[in-house]
Amino acid sequence: MSKRYSWNEFQKEIADDHYFYARSCIRQNFFPGSEQAFLNIMRNDLGKDVFEDARHTSCTGIGYHSDIVPLETIMTVVARQFALMTEAGYENLTSSCITSFGIYTEILETWKEFPETLEQTRKSLYEATGRTFEIPKNVAHTSDVIFHNREQIAEKAKLKLVNAMTGEPLRVVEHIGCHYAKIFPSKGVGGSEFPYVLAGMIESWGGEVVDYPERRHCCGFGFRNYLVQANRGYSVANSRKKFESMAPYKPDFIVCNCPGCTMFLDKWQYTLAEMEGSTYGQDNRGIPVLSYEEMAGLVLGYDPWELGMQMHQVDVEPLLDKMGVDYEPSSKYLGKKGKFIGAPKSAIVNSSPAEKYYRIKR
Amino acid sequence: MIDFGFGVNVARAVNMDRNNLDTAHDIFNSLPDLQACIACGSCTATCTAGNLTSFNFRKVHTLVRRGEYKEAYSEMSKCMLCGKCRLVCPRGINTRGVVLTIKKKLGDY
Amino acid sequence: MKVTVIGGGVAGIQTAIALKELGLTPIIIEKNDHLGGKLCGWHKLFPTMTPAEQVLTPLLERVKALGIEVMLSTEVTSIDSDGVQTSQGRIESAATVICSGFDLFDATLKEEYGYGIYDNVITSADLERMMNNGKVALADGTQPHRIAFLHCVGSRDEKVQQRHCSKVCCVTGVKQAIEMRRWFPKSEIYNFYMDIRMFGAGYEEMYRSAQQEHGIQFIRGRISEAAPVLNGKVQIKAEDTLIGRPLKMTVDLLVLLIGMTAGQSNKCWTRCAGITQSDSMFLKPKNMFAGNVCSDAPNIFYAGTVTAPKTIGESLNEANAAAMRVAQYLGRL
Repeated sequence: MSKRYSWNEFQKEIADDHYFYARSCIRQNFFPGSEQAFLNIMRNDLGKDVFEDARHTSCTGIGYHSDIVPLETIMTVVARQFALMTEAGYENLTSSCITSFGIYTEILETWKEFPETLEQTRKSLYEATGRTFEIPKNVAHTSDVIFHNREQIAEKAKLKLVNAMTGEPLRVVEHIGCHYAKIFPSKGVGGSEFPYVLAGMIESWGGEVVDYPERRHCCGFGFRNYLVQANRGYSVANSRKKFESMAPYKPDFIVCNCPGCTMFLDKWQYTLAEMEGSTYGQDNRGIPVLSYEEMAGLVLGYDPWELGMQMHQVDVEPLLDKMGVDYEPSSKYLGKKGKFIGAPKSAIVNSSPAEKYYRIKR
Repeated sequence: MIDFGFGVNVARAVNMDRNNLDTAHDIFNSLPDLQACIACGSCTATCTAGNLTSFNFRKVHTLVRRGEYKEAYSEMSKCMLCGKCRLVCPRGINTRGVVLTIKKKLGDY
Repeated sequence: MKVTVIGGGVAGIQTAIALKELGLTPIIIEKNDHLGGKLCGWHKLFPTMTPAEQVLTPLLERVKALGIEVMLSTEVTSIDSDGVQTSQGRIESAATVICSGFDLFDATLKEEYGYGIYDNVITSADLERMMNNGKVALADGTQPHRIAFLHCVGSRDEKVQQRHCSKVCCVTGVKQAIEMRRWFPKSEIYNFYMDIRMFGAGYEEMYRSAQQEHGIQFIRGRISEAAPVLNGKVQIKAEDTLIGRPLKMTVDLLVLLIGMTAGQSNKCWTRCAGITQSDSMFLKPKNMFAGNVCSDAPNIFYAGTVTAPKTIGESLNEANAAAMRVAQYLGRL
């Protein structure tokens, strides 16, 4: 990876502290532990100030990209998030979602290019809510913030992205998500062709980044494509293209930037297994798909079940064993007070084989 | 196997790693002047069959060149061998020869 | 009467030779430690496959025979109406001819092709160098079986601020494809192009022979990205626009036909009154017809690729034209 120097050309400004945090619809629902992990890492491990306002809403990006929410509406919704930030006395916004990040960036650029749209938005927001807002000084995706702090995390690391048995670095596929840097390459760490935001974390934490032919390909999420059942074949075909392209490289896991990609690359493995009988990964148990918060959490020694990794479709146990994570396999589906939280049905890529290896308590 | 109500779409890309180019090479070796095609489209513009059907001579022989043989044989059957394309070709390609050679070599498809 | 010639590439050398033959006293100022410019890096010249040294050596011999003064390893830092300022001191002269040429497009700017990252992605200039060294091979020393050339890298591309056509890359791509066929008779060779612009005498004929005699395949479509494959090969994606479908293939070697970009020094020259840059950042001639070698300053002239992409032959012709104009200005004609 030493040749991958181009990221130096695309260095964005990432605020050092005092963030207003905007959550992601998809991450909250499918990987709720990831967002909590971000807050814990920032506040407890790094001692940073992250503020959250329960009144903030979806950015409506899913509706916007599906042609349901008009531009004027999403601008007003985004303006309201900025108003909450302004009211709380914050200037740096960090968003947990790639699509939201793309939308914030796109809207800020639109306001810059067409100042009359900013005036119209101010007017609409004031008429609807009585609120006013300031433009954020800095907008960063939460992965940018983790990237910014990757060396501090490396210093505090309890584990490395290394195979504990062989001492070899883990082979990691990184997937950035289209709206991170394909809209505005200069707003992403490393640009759009060789993005460095996740690669930088992987390298700092001891892993090896896998470059493969379809690395830059979209996961197929595509909003209107997956929302309409009849179009999903189009969506899933894109993920399959990626799996087939990465499989020969024998990756130990995939780490994703975008909540939608994390969900798709994880769940489509199950779908493809059921539809075509094909599983990917070294032992035909699928390739685990992690969010970068989960990856950071494991490195910092968090408990995988605290990180919410039991929510994954593809079992993470083979990866945890490889890394030498100290965890309790049997308590995978036990909640806070030891209460059974439910478990997914057996499928080719999840609990059926896992049960073979571990005694999981119910 | 579960039916989710959708399939997995098949890639449309011409995959030059998977296509067997041997027959294409064979065709081009026996018709070296076809290599000189500059894809101007005069042949298709003037084609008697192409004005009535989907037949596109320029496209069909380009597909053959990329190893996409499927349908090329049946497409070539639409040619009426009138020879107008040969008159207009600025590179002097024996287009009727191309039609007959492709039909002969792709008879198996 | 002394005339400063900035740049010792083919345009500068020929300008100086012509000036000397017209009875003037040229001085060539060259920033490198040798004369010859980019021509030193080329192997054979299109469309005749003439070895580059067959053009360069007689020029250098003539410079020597005529006793033309040459200052090597010297940079011109500014131009004015009475001469130039250089890293070695000031040179007063009655006229100045700017022959500072072009820069090769930096292929790393087209990040999607992975030049400098993937071992078997090289530029047309790298290929010329390999041929000059007598060894053309992949990074691991083996022979390529499938080779792709990509036209218009750093030309006709506003993403890298190069809207202009570099003119010579099309025919260079055809020439190099034929040369590769000779190096590797059994290989498959593909040229990916947007348009094939064969503007010069003998070029179209060369293109046709590449197709017909050398079996080079031409695919109309620009490669959108190159990516690595496990065995060191490169996967490329393009549209075959003539069949209207995307196309992908794995190649052993990807050669990027890099364009001509305006010389870095052009911006510096515009600090002198009468010198301006066109939108493409090349210097703007007084007019495009009768004043191709003239600036708006009466005693500053241009020759070669400082004003636009040109071939070796065109640069040599312009050098003669510029020398004539200098002589005319100085009352020697």
